[in-house]
Amino acid sequence: MNTNILQNILLFIGLLLLQVIILNRVLFLGYINPFLYLLFVIIYPYRKDRGILLLLCFLLGLFIDFFLNSGGINAAATLFVAYLRLPLLKWVLGKSEIDFPVFDITKQPFLKVLTYVSILTFMHSLIIFSLEYFKFSYLGTILSRTFLTSIFTVILIMFSLVLLTKRK
Amino acid sequence: MQQLVNFITKYKYFLFFLLLEIIALSLTIQNHSYHKSKFVNSANFVSGGIYNRINKFREFTKLRTYNDQLLEENTRLKNIIAQQRIDTTDQVFGVTDTTKFNQRYLFTRAKIIDNQYHKRYNYLTIDKGSKNGILFDQAVVNSKGIIGITQSVSKNFATVQSILNENSRINVSLSNSLHFGSLEWDGKDYNVLQLVDLPIQANIKIGDSIITGGRSIIFPAGIPVGTIEDFGVENNSYSFINVRLFNDMSAIGPVNVIVSLFKEEINTLEEARNEY
Repeated sequence: MNTNILQNILLFIGLLLLQVIILNRVLFLGYINPFLYLLFVIIYPYRKDRGILLLLCFLLGLFIDFFLNSGGINAAATLFVAYLRLPLLKWVLGKSEIDFPVFDITKQPFLKVLTYVSILTFMHSLIIFSLEYFKFSYLGTILSRTFLTSIFTVILIMFSLVLLTKRK
Repeated sequence: MQQLVNFITKYKYFLFFLLLEIIALSLTIQNHSYHKSKFVNSANFVSGGIYNRINKFREFTKLRTYNDQLLEENTRLKNIIAQQRIDTTDQVFGVTDTTKFNQRYLFTRAKIIDNQYHKRYNYLTIDKGSKNGILFDQAVVNSKGIIGITQSVSKNFATVQSILNENSRINVSLSNSLHFGSLEWDGKDYNVLQLVDLPIQANIKIGDSIITGGRSIIFPAGIPVGTIEDFGVENNSYSFINVRLFNDMSAIGPVNVIVSLFKEEINTLEEARNEY
């Protein structure tokens, strides 16, 4: 249990630093930055008790906002997907709450995980860009940025998940 | 009472989620509003310190560009001095009256340690803070033009609201006439800004230079901004005027922060006027 907590702390700090030092400067095609820090929401242990997860995801988003001067945009989006994580998992992967203690995202069928990750990422990006632009007249920009950023993020997250499985 | 406790225990995660989400959204709205102090900013010692460290590495790759920029600026300034020597020789009996001399602006130097230009609300972080005399609402420029206005200030760092920000409106004028307008950004190309509210009486053509107007208390008049790239006329007014900046906003390093020494005096005057 203790090593688990330590692992999660390291994951939290590692993803935060990776995001602000490297990934926020990628600017692929001029404006696309992948949000790899979402990996935290996906691989954080699945428990029925969600209080700590919600708090951690809120803080992770808020810390990234501090670096990006973006108010509470990342905090709001990350918190939202963290809250919807369990219902979505039940819906996409058909898991019930009894399975959670032994549940491991890296051991699930590839296509189902891909669907799950894609939906989470898309919602996250959509909230981020909607809050950033905050106007209906920018709907086109919001959707195109959401779409491109999600694709880029999903590829990176799936790649990281494959790396995580290989190690075991 | 029992029902209330039941309700809270049943929906405790949802209520917790709602509480945090409201905090996040109010921080976002605060961040989008113009001229409010921002709680979430990168001028704290953690993010400022990390950005400063990254910048120390990145700076090396851009030294050549910065050197060229400095050389260019030096040449321009030397030319201005050379011209002024000619002017003063005309006034042989001219005596400089030091009591009438009033310095309006003070320039300090700073370095951009984090630069955003791809979002709708862009901010930069500089490596100077209140320790170096940086305050809220000071102009940030470099040798090629305007960059932004200081926003949140900590002891060692400060954030700058970039001219590439939805909230940014800078008073500018044409260099060959006194007509003025405001400079805004539509969020598309980070090197092309839009000049709005320019009266149709101002004759413009493609290639005209734009400089800062004297109406802003923050920016001194006459700082170069850019040139007119294209414009459209509709219903006897300008429908759009695109201005290409002299600066490349994606590659800015050393900057000057301008302290306006008369700002308070002008502010008190304007406040007194507003009271009537």
